[in-house]
Amino acid sequence: MAALTPISRTPVSFYVPVVAAAGAFAGLFVGTAQGSGLLGIVVGAIAMGALAYVLTQIIKSETPSRWGTVVLLAVVGYFLGGLPAMVIGGIFGWLFAWFSFWLYEGRYRAKVPPYLTPMQVLWHFTFRVICGAILVFLITPILVVMPLSFNAENFFTFTPEMLRFDPAGYSLKHYRDFFSSSDWQNALRNSVMIAPVATLLSVSFGTLAAIGLSQPHVPFRRAIMAVLISPMIVPLIISAAGMYFFYSRIGLQGTYLGVVLAHAALGIPFVIITVTATLVGFDRSLTRAAANMGANPVTTFFRVQMPLILPGVISGGLFAFITSFDEVVVVLFVGSAGQKTLPWQMFTGLREQISPTILAVATILVIISICLLTTVELLRRRSERLRGMSPG
Amino acid sequence: MKLTKTILASTALTAVASMASAEAHMANEMTIVSWGGAYSNSQQQAYHNPYMEMTGVEIINDESSAEAVAKLRAMNEAGNVTWDVVDVVASDAIRLCDEGLAMEIDPDEMLADAPDGTSAEDDFGDLLVSDCFIPQIVYSTTFGYRTDMVGDTPPTSVCAVFDTETYPGKRALEKRPINNMEWALLCDGVAKEDVYDVLETEEGQQQALDKLDTIKDDVIWWSAGADTPQLLADGEIVMGSTYNGRLFSLIEEQDQPVGMLWDAQVFDLDGWIIPAGLSDERKARALDYIKFATDTQRLADQAKYISYGPARKSSAPLVGKHAELGIEMAPHMPTDPENAKNTFLYNYEFWADYRDDIDAKFQAWLAQ
Repeated sequence: MAALTPISRTPVSFYVPVVAAAGAFAGLFVGTAQGSGLLGIVVGAIAMGALAYVLTQIIKSETPSRWGTVVLLAVVGYFLGGLPAMVIGGIFGWLFAWFSFWLYEGRYRAKVPPYLTPMQVLWHFTFRVICGAILVFLITPILVVMPLSFNAENFFTFTPEMLRFDPAGYSLKHYRDFFSSSDWQNALRNSVMIAPVATLLSVSFGTLAAIGLSQPHVPFRRAIMAVLISPMIVPLIISAAGMYFFYSRIGLQGTYLGVVLAHAALGIPFVIITVTATLVGFDRSLTRAAANMGANPVTTFFRVQMPLILPGVISGGLFAFITSFDEVVVVLFVGSAGQKTLPWQMFTGLREQISPTILAVATILVIISICLLTTVELLRRRSERLRGMSPG
Repeated sequence: MKLTKTILASTALTAVASMASAEAHMANEMTIVSWGGAYSNSQQQAYHNPYMEMTGVEIINDESSAEAVAKLRAMNEAGNVTWDVVDVVASDAIRLCDEGLAMEIDPDEMLADAPDGTSAEDDFGDLLVSDCFIPQIVYSTTFGYRTDMVGDTPPTSVCAVFDTETYPGKRALEKRPINNMEWALLCDGVAKEDVYDVLETEEGQQQALDKLDTIKDDVIWWSAGADTPQLLADGEIVMGSTYNGRLFSLIEEQDQPVGMLWDAQVFDLDGWIIPAGLSDERKARALDYIKFATDTQRLADQAKYISYGPARKSSAPLVGKHAELGIEMAPHMPTDPENAKNTFLYNYEFWADYRDDIDAKFQAWLAQ
C-alpha cells in the first residue's frame, strides 16, 4: 500500500514520553533479571527517553544513530550479562532507535487512512501489539523447550555454558538417549503401531457417518450427530473411566485392539466434522449424473464423490492421527504397560524423573506436528480453491 | 471397491494378530509395577534381569506405583486385575491390606531364609508392618541444600529450614502434612518423643501449622520426587526435602553443588504386595518372583545402584560399591550410624488414624 497520509515530524513532547514508556516496559524485564524490577522501570524510562531525544535532536542523522545505538546497547548488555545479553542489547538498540525515528518522523501515520482520529491510530497499533503479545505468550513455552533439549546436563536448566554459547554446554545426548533407550523405543513403536490403525478406523467410519448424515432423508440426524460428536465434548477423563470398565468386562482392557478402538472413537468426531464441512460444498447433481449414466452408488462414491471430498477426509484423518499420537488419559486407563505410548512415557518420565530426554522427544513431536498441520493447511487451501471453482 | 476390501482385510488382520499375540504372551509374562526412574532401574538390574535370565519369564514394567491404590480399586471393581506384583510404600500396603486388595503373606513359608538359616520373619524383624507387605528397602525423606548458597555455615539441624534469616531463599517441602508437621513441632521446641502426643491434639496441629506459617511465603511445594533435585540444580531453592536416593544421585552422579542434611530424616519402607484375586498360575509365578527378589543377596545387590538400605538385617554386611561410580555405598545409606544420629520412623499407626483429618486442615491452610 502506498503512503495514504502526508507525514510530518512530531513534537518532542509526544515521542519522548512514548519512547520512555516503551523503555520502562523493557526495563521491567531487564530490571527483574538484574534483581530489581522497579529500578529497571525507572532507569529504562529515563535512558530510553534521553536516547530518543539525543538521537533526534542532537545527532539528527538517522543511519549513524541507529548503528550507534545498536553498538552502545550491545556494549551495555555485555557488561551486564556477557555474550547473550550483548545480543539482546543489540536487538534492543536496533528496536529503540527505529522506534524513536518512526515516531519522530511521523512515519507511523503513513500507512493508516488519513481520516482516522489520534485515538483510532492508537488503537490500530495497540491492537497489533496485543495480537503480537498473545502470539509470543503462546509460542514462548515451545521455544524454550527446544534449546533446553540440547542441554549437556541432566536438568531443565540453562547452564552458564549454554548462556555463553559455549559448545561444551550443548550436546545431543538426550536425542541419543531417546534413540537408544528401549523404554522410549518401545513407546515410539507402540505409538506408531496404534495411531495409523486408529486413524484408518476413524477415517472409514467417520467418512461413512458424515456421508450418511448429509442425506436429507435420514431421521434423527441431529441426535445421531450429537452422539457421534460426544467424545469431543465429554471430558476425556469420563470417557476414559467409562471405557475402562466397559472394556474390562468384555476383555479388551489392556490389549492393543482396545487402545486402537478407544483412539478411533476419539478420532471419529474430527473426521465427521471436516468431512461434513466439505460435503456442504459438494454438488449433489454430480451423483445424480453418475447414476444417470449407470454407475452404482459404490462406484459413484469412489469415482465421483471421494475425489472431491478427499481434502476433508485427509485433514480429518490428520486430526485423528494427532489425537491418537498425543493422547495420554485414555491410554492410561485402557492400555496396560505393554501398550505404553509416547505421551504415556513422557507423563511418567515427567512425574518420576525430570529428564531432558522428554524435551528432546517434545521437540521431535513438535516438528512432526508442524509438518502435519502444514499439510492440513495446504489441503484446506486446495479444497477452498476447488470449492470456489465448483458450480453452485 | 478395492479400497474398502483392503481396509476391512487389514483391520481384521491386525485385530486377529494382536489378539493372537496377546494370548501367546500372557502365558509367560508378568507385569511388575514400580515407581520409574532410577529406582525402577535399580530393580531392573538387581532383580528383573537375573530373574528373566533364570526363568525365561518376561517382565513388563509399569510405572504406576504413585496411583497404585486407586488403580487396584478400579481393577478389583472391574474384575480385571492385570498387575502381578506391585511396589508400594508401607502405608499404601496397609491400606490395600485392610481393603482386602492385597494378598496376605506368610513370610516363613513364602520367603527365603537368610544364608545363615535365620527365618525370614526374624530377618525382616520389625519392618514387617503389615500382613500383606514384603519390605524391600528403607529410604528416608531428608533435606539437601545448595553448598554455594549457605555461606560458611552449612546447616547441621533440620531447624535451618525454618530459619529464613540465616538461610534466606526458597525451600521445597512436600505438599502433604506428613513429615512437615513433625519437623515443624520439633523446631518449635517440642521434644522428639512428645511429637505425636502433641500432634494428636487440635492445639498441637495448630501449633505445627503456625510454625509452618512463618515460612509459608518461602516455600515451593513439591509433589513428585524429582521436583526438589531439579529445583536444587536450578538454584531456585536453597534447601529442600526429598528422598535420600534422589539426593545421592544429584550429588554423586550429577555432580551438583549440593550437601546432605541427615538431621531428623524420616525413615519409611517400600516393598512388594501381590494383588488379591490372581489366578493360581499367576499367583504361583508372583510368589516365585518375590521369593527370589527379596532374598539376602538380591536386596544387597540393589544397593549397588541406588542408595537405599536393604530391609533384611542379613543384607547389610553384603552392601558393596556402586556399580558404576565404584564408591562405597555404606556411608550413603540412610541407616549408616553416622547419618542416623537423629531419625524418625514414619508413624504408620498415627497417620492411619489422623491422616484424613490433618490432611484436610493442611490443605485448608495451604489455600488460605
